[in-house]
Amino acid sequence: MYVPHTEKDKEEMLKAIGASSFEELVKQVPSRFLWPKFDLPQESLDESQAAARLSELSKKNCRPLSFLGAGAYERYSPAAVKAITSRTEFLTAYTPYQPEASQGTLQTIYEFQSTVCALYGMDCANASMYDGASSFAEAVRATVRVTGRKKIVYAAGVHPQYMDTLRTYFAHSPEYAYVKVPMKDGVMDKAALPALLEGAACLAVQTPNFLGLIEDLDGVADAARKAGALLVAAADPVSLGVLKTPGEYGADFAVGEGQSLGLPLAYGGPYLGLFSCKKEHVRQMPGRICGMTKDKDGKRGFVLTLQAREQHIRRDKAASNICSNEALCALAATVYTALLGPEGMRELAEANMGAAAHAAERLSAIKGCSLKFKGPFFNEFVLSVPGSAAAMREKALGQGVDIGLPLAPLYPELGETLLVCATEARTEADIARLEKAVKEAI
Amino acid sequence: MPKAEEVKYTKTHEWLHLAGNEGTVGLSEHAQKEMGDIVFVELPKPGRKLEKDKPCAVVESVKSAFDIYSPLNGEVVAVNEAVSGDPALINQSPLEGGWLFKVKADNPAEAGALMDFAAYGDFLKQNAH
Repeated sequence: MYVPHTEKDKEEMLKAIGASSFEELVKQVPSRFLWPKFDLPQESLDESQAAARLSELSKKNCRPLSFLGAGAYERYSPAAVKAITSRTEFLTAYTPYQPEASQGTLQTIYEFQSTVCALYGMDCANASMYDGASSFAEAVRATVRVTGRKKIVYAAGVHPQYMDTLRTYFAHSPEYAYVKVPMKDGVMDKAALPALLEGAACLAVQTPNFLGLIEDLDGVADAARKAGALLVAAADPVSLGVLKTPGEYGADFAVGEGQSLGLPLAYGGPYLGLFSCKKEHVRQMPGRICGMTKDKDGKRGFVLTLQAREQHIRRDKAASNICSNEALCALAATVYTALLGPEGMRELAEANMGAAAHAAERLSAIKGCSLKFKGPFFNEFVLSVPGSAAAMREKALGQGVDIGLPLAPLYPELGETLLVCATEARTEADIARLEKAVKEAI
Repeated sequence: MPKAEEVKYTKTHEWLHLAGNEGTVGLSEHAQKEMGDIVFVELPKPGRKLEKDKPCAVVESVKSAFDIYSPLNGEVVAVNEAVSGDPALINQSPLEGGWLFKVKADNPAEAGALMDFAAYGDFLKQNAH
């Protein structure tokens, strides 16, 4: 590894920090991460031998027929998405600080923001965040800034990892209080809201919730407003092809995971944070915002705007320490949604509901299995199973089918259950294989 | 409304006009000129306790964003809603239509330590580059 610092440089830097050695500086990092040991072949290989060895190793990668969802969704992405995002003008371009050199990239960001606004029914959107979880956490932080309150009320159906991310953001601020709205029949118990919302910065909800169920959010924004709190809504953008938008039920901030818009799962990323809000909160928005304007000749042009929120100007008082975006992923999502169009988004949502409903019908007919909840769901559902869900999953993986996520580690109160997802990418034959795999795994 | 010669000034370019124990706070003529066109103002909520020399409001211009520091310890009793809707008022008349907020001073004598018009003029001259 090439490090451009001399020993003297390092000594000076350590002295300035007040650490006696590099080891002391990084002592809180467990040594297994600090000095990882890789099991590399002892003999040196030439390029063709190395390629053959890696190809052999890659066969160990397991690509089962997957019915996992839980915030990440397998979709068919039209070939045009990759063809457009692979163009070198997009693929190699970096953050477009200079509008005179970056009109194409800036315009795609503007189109992306317009798409997010249209999907979520909101006034303003930013150029994207890291992922749905960081969007969610940033939205909650914004409500803390707006209200000056430090109590965060959240529905039990919010993605547990979104809450983990939020808690990480506030890890050094013990004054924040988290209050969970209990679940009733798999959805938020709305009757509990008035008592819990008193003095809250926000109510944070997710629909479809982590268990796949659609939350009834009518009147929820009013309940929040009555208590002086704001409403943060997380929603899978694909579900909005058929469901009410956060704008329609009065959300102040609406966020989501943009991976769902045709991005590959790719073993965990990169993902895409969607972030939108009402116009009155636009200065509390984190990250980049692209705006449309006119140049001195009156011609349409695009520029980064409202940058006084950002840390290169506002320093420690910036709305967020994020001042970049997931430009290529945002472009992919923009191309994907543009190819589908509003009608296509509705059909896509319906196809997801159809696939999941079909899978639910087949699986709940298996002896010992049943649907845990009666409420309407989108593209995933909770299945009660006889015996250990984790053991069943392990067994079915042996047959090349991933039958779903065992929920016991996250929601022990649900007993032995699996969260099963079927998107439009799952065919009738796939669902028949799932049924067989579940039967054999019992 | 006060004249520039009648108000007190801070080193961070706020002006303070004291009437009894109630002070009106705004941005100096010099500051508004330096900032350029002001496009957004974030004012403290009435009832908020202010600490002397601590940031309590934000003014954003086309160039940058600036913190406004409270010239006194006290409590916000009123804010100028008109500048929230039309921030350009600060550029047009920083001492009149462009006032920012009123503060009920805990100890009006604190204003004695602020600069008068002449001292502020000297201060600007010293700090001119």
